[in-house]
This record gives sequence, structure tokens and C-alpha cells, in this order.
Amino acid sequence: MKRNTIYTGTALLLLFVFVYFANKHLDSYLLRILNLCAIYTVLGLSMNLINGFTGLFSLGHAGFMAVGAYTTAMLTLPIATKQMNFFLAPLISPLDKIVWPFLPSLLLAGVLAAIVAFLIGAPVLRLKGDYLAIATLGFSEIIRVVFTNTQTVTNGALGLKGIPATTNLWWSFGTAVVTIFIMVSLINSSYGRAFKAIREDEIAAESMGISLFKHKVLSFAIGAFFAGIGGGLLGNLMGTIDPLMFRFFMTYNILLIIVLGGLGSVTGTIISAFIITIAQEFLRFLDEPIIPNIPALPGLRMVVFSILLMLVVLFFRTGLMGTREFSWDKFFGFFKKRPLSKGGAK
Amino acid sequence: MISGTIGSLLMKFYLGGVYMTLELFLQHLANGISLGSLYALIAIGYTMVYGILRLINFAHGDIFMMAVYFAFFGVVTFGMPWYVSFIVAIALTGILGMTVEALAYRPIREAPRISILISAIGASYLLENLAIVIFGGRPKTFPQVPIFTDMVQIGNIHIQKLTFMIPAVTIALLIVLMYLINKTKSGMAMRAVSKDFETAKIMGVNVNRTISFTFGVGSLLAAVGGIMWGLKFPSILPLMGVMPGIKCFIAAVIGGIGSVTGAVIGGFILGIGEILLVAFLPELSGYRDAFSFILLILILLFRPTGIMGEKISEKV
Repeated sequence: MKRNTIYTGTALLLLFVFVYFANKHLDSYLLRILNLCAIYTVLGLSMNLINGFTGLFSLGHAGFMAVGAYTTAMLTLPIATKQMNFFLAPLISPLDKIVWPFLPSLLLAGVLAAIVAFLIGAPVLRLKGDYLAIATLGFSEIIRVVFTNTQTVTNGALGLKGIPATTNLWWSFGTAVVTIFIMVSLINSSYGRAFKAIREDEIAAESMGISLFKHKVLSFAIGAFFAGIGGGLLGNLMGTIDPLMFRFFMTYNILLIIVLGGLGSVTGTIISAFIITIAQEFLRFLDEPIIPNIPALPGLRMVVFSILLMLVVLFFRTGLMGTREFSWDKFFGFFKKRPLSKGGAK
Repeated sequence: MISGTIGSLLMKFYLGGVYMTLELFLQHLANGISLGSLYALIAIGYTMVYGILRLINFAHGDIFMMAVYFAFFGVVTFGMPWYVSFIVAIALTGILGMTVEALAYRPIREAPRISILISAIGASYLLENLAIVIFGGRPKTFPQVPIFTDMVQIGNIHIQKLTFMIPAVTIALLIVLMYLINKTKSGMAMRAVSKDFETAKIMGVNVNRTISFTFGVGSLLAAVGGIMWGLKFPSILPLMGVMPGIKCFIAAVIGGIGSVTGAVIGGFILGIGEILLVAFLPELSGYRDAFSFILLILILLFRPTGIMGEKISEKV
């Protein structure tokens, strides 16, 4: 156990060194991709907690992200930029004078998203399966419609521009590491075991004395908390947000990450967040003209992407990791070609 | 002339800040009924597939979109007369529906529900992206067919002929569908498969063919709905199927998923409700799309099986 702690510490140190040098030497395009990788890790983990570990098929993630992104943006926008943004209708009173630092804004974004999730979850989490999916999808659409129509709070369909680009590698990778740490601790706690029990069999879990309502709402709210933070990071990376960003496609992207990584695996989510974000950039050449004299087909990249991911769902259903996790024992066992574990629980 | 005077004298009522004459109200109602009929046609596809496979066919809205584009290209690019083009489009859409089933749903029919649902979402995403690449992301204008799109005058109101034709077509198709489901052998097979998959198989029902047939019928109805949609709302886009798709699923849930009558009732409730909401409370018109979701959540909370649904008890 102590050996593993040392390894984890070393890995974190290596990551620290990597971020330090990446921040100094990489160009802005690569930095943006790395930032997106880390942010999608946070978002993927938050959705995997709800969908993969608790087995609640929720499609409301884009809504929680919207809450987070708008909260962070509204709190961090400088007053002058706010006045420039809200030229159609002035911003309502307390918000137009508040400017917060990034960290408290992010935390408040997470808390607000969690509160929204609690309000939604308390009535809706009684539903199961497809009904839950469509109800959460509905709520995320309602959030988006409300944001489109509240001109004096969110600037409506115009969106917000000129959000300070606070998100850098320190923020995104820092948040990702903290999220991973919290998720792993949560999943290995008694709460995590209760979540998994609910995923495997609700009725059995309930008869073992697990409160379904409490644990479902808890998982939903924690997932939404991190979705809100991820949304906030994303907004302050992009610099502009508008309600159209948080359509169903956003949820779909994150769903793809957790499906490819394996529903119910933290390791898988991290790997596939990186794979998918980088692949999306890598496949960008498909949108350019490939063969001379044949005009480019914009959108081809997304077609290839959706075909690839259909293939994953159809033929490769457990994803990269299934429900397996990374551990140092397995890692070294793999290189030593020995039996994987020494037997018995740790 | 006379009827116009009577109409304006008859009644003026005040509701939610809008003065409304009876004529205006009737016009909104007619629009609501025709929108409701379109929703009903698409909702039937959802409800039939759900009844038989317990699957939300997320791609249904995109199949509907494809039908509109097929009809568009038939008329505009290939210069076919509208009736030929519409029939070809409807047939192609039926084939498309069966292809989606065979490629995206059949291979993982035995998989956990979540995998099938993800596959459905994937199929929908693929169709949308294909449409963007093949048809282009810019809006196109659906050809106007005078027989459908001419205006008629009744009293003081001018209204498209289409507004009356849509409900008529819907009712006609419903009668055919009811006959198909209740009186024919394939209909019997469909009902058997939706009651009990395994037993139907043992009794010699060709399950694969029945499911394929169900997808085909659902897609045909969506195609008819799509073409009429294109005539009514001529601006067509690759993503035009998303919202109607979700709304029609909601209509199917409101009516009680698995029941064709329920889907029709749900479609009418949504269509009429939406139009009247915008008519009476114009300040809420921005929330038009949220209306159906709020209705969905209310229904799910208070009567989860919908208006016509049967109570299902959970088996341990």
C-alpha cells in the first residue's frame, strides 16, 4: 500500500512537471486540446458516476453544464464587458456589479448545478430506464429554453462574449486530478458500494436496506456538481457561450466518452476522454478537400466519428475497460508476466 | 361577408392579455389540429416500435427528416411530378427504417437496455451527420404544390387547404393502420410479438420479419407526416427532425406508450396545446418547446403509463 502511494505521488509529480513544461513550450492549439482533454475527463467522470456507477440513464448533462458555465461566466465577466454584452436589455441589479475570482465562481457553479439537480432529481428519479432518460433530456432542454428567454439574466440567444480566458492547464488538470481523487474515494466508500448495488439490482439493494431515493439523489447531485464545474471551465476556456452550445449534442459527446471508456470505470473514462478529444481534432483533415478537384465535404469528420462509435456500441460493447480499473499491482504484474493479483482483498 | 360580420359580432373574449375573436380562435384551433395530426403520425412510429421492442427509436425523428429530403430531391433535382416523387420518397423512407433496424438494433437485441438505447442515439446522430454532409447544412425550401398549399377563404379567414387535408390524411391512414393491426395476419404477429417475444417465437411467428415490418410501417407513416410537414413548414434543415422527434416521443408517452390510439390522442394534445399556448399567451411563445417537456414530466409523475396505458406491475 505504501509503495503504491509513492508511485501515485511520483505520477502526480511527473504530471506536474509535464504541465509546467507544456504550459511554457506548447503552442496555443495544442494547449487548447490538452485543456479540452482534461475538462472532458471531469465531465466524463461526472456522467459516469450517474450513468455507469449508479445505473441511472440520465441525459441531462448539458443542462447542468449550462448552469455551471453561465454561473462562472456571469461571476467572472468584468463589469465593462457585461455592459457591452447586455446591449438589448440591461443586466438585473445585483449581478451587474459582482466580479468574483475564478475559484469561488467555479465552486458556486458546481453548487448551483447540484441544487438544480436536486430539484430535478427529487421528483424524476422515481422513473426508470428510458423514461428517466427522456425526462432528464426534457429538463436539460427546459434549462436551455429558460436560458434562451431570460434576456436580463443570461443575455438570451445572443450568449455571452469576452469571458476571461482564465482556464489554463493548471486549472483544467488540477480540477481533473481533484475530481479523479474524489470520484475514486467516493466509489470505494460505502456510498459507492450502495451506488453499485442500485445499479446491479434496485429491488435487491432496497431490501438490503439501501435507501434508493437518498443514494440516487446523492449520485445525481454529485454528478451535476462536477458537470457544473466542467461547464464553468469550458466556458472560461472558450471565451464565449450561448444556449445552443448546450444542446443534446453536448450530452451525446460525453455519453460517447463514457461508453467508449466503459460504463463504470474511472480509468476507462480518463483514457477515452483523451482519445475522443484528440481523435476529434485528428479527424479534422476529413473536413478538408482530400482528393484534388473534389470539393471538400464539411461534416464528413462527424460522420466517420459517429460510424466509429456505432461500431464500438455494436461490437465492442463493454468499451475499453468494462468495469475494470487501473491499479499499480496490475500495472507491474502486466510487465512481470505474473498472475495479476496476489489473491485476497486488500 | 355576412358570416364575417356574424363572426366578429359573436364573441370577443379576453384571456391572458389577448383579445380573441371566435374566428381567430377557430383558425388557431384548425392549425392546432393539423399540427397535432402531424405529431400523431410520427408518434405512431415511436409507439409501435416501443410496443414491440421496448426501445425508444431515437432515429425516428431523423427518418422523418430524411423523408422530407427524399421528396425535395425527387421534385427539385430529378424533376419528378409531385405525386411520383412523394410515393418514391415514402417507399425509400420505409426501406431506410428497415435498414436502420437491421444494422443498428438487430445485432444487439439481446444486449442490456442501455446499450440498445445508446445504439439508437448513435443511429440518430449518424443520420443527422450524413444529412449534413450529403444535403448540406443550409436550409432548403420545400417545393410548393398548389393543390395543397393554395389558400381558401372561409368567412373572414384565409387558410391553407393543407390545414384541412392533413387531418383527413391522418384519419385515413389511421383507419388503414387499425385494419392492418387488428384484422391481418401480420398485424396479429405484431400484437403477439409485443405481448410476449419468446412465446411468439415458439408459436412460429417470424420475429425478425415482424419487427422489420413494424419499423417499415412506422417509417412510412413518418414519411407521410414528413412530406406534409415540408408542405406546411417549407424551410427544411438536416436537424429539423430532432425537435419533432422528441416531441412526438413525448406525445406517445402522454398517450400511453405502446397504444396507437394513445399516440394519436397525445399528438393532438401536444399540437393543439402548443398552438393555443402561443395564441393566448404570446409572451410565453419563447417557451413553446418547453411546454411539451413540462407536460411530459407532469404525466410521468402523475400517470407514468400515460392516458391509454395499462398498469404494468414490476416482477422481481
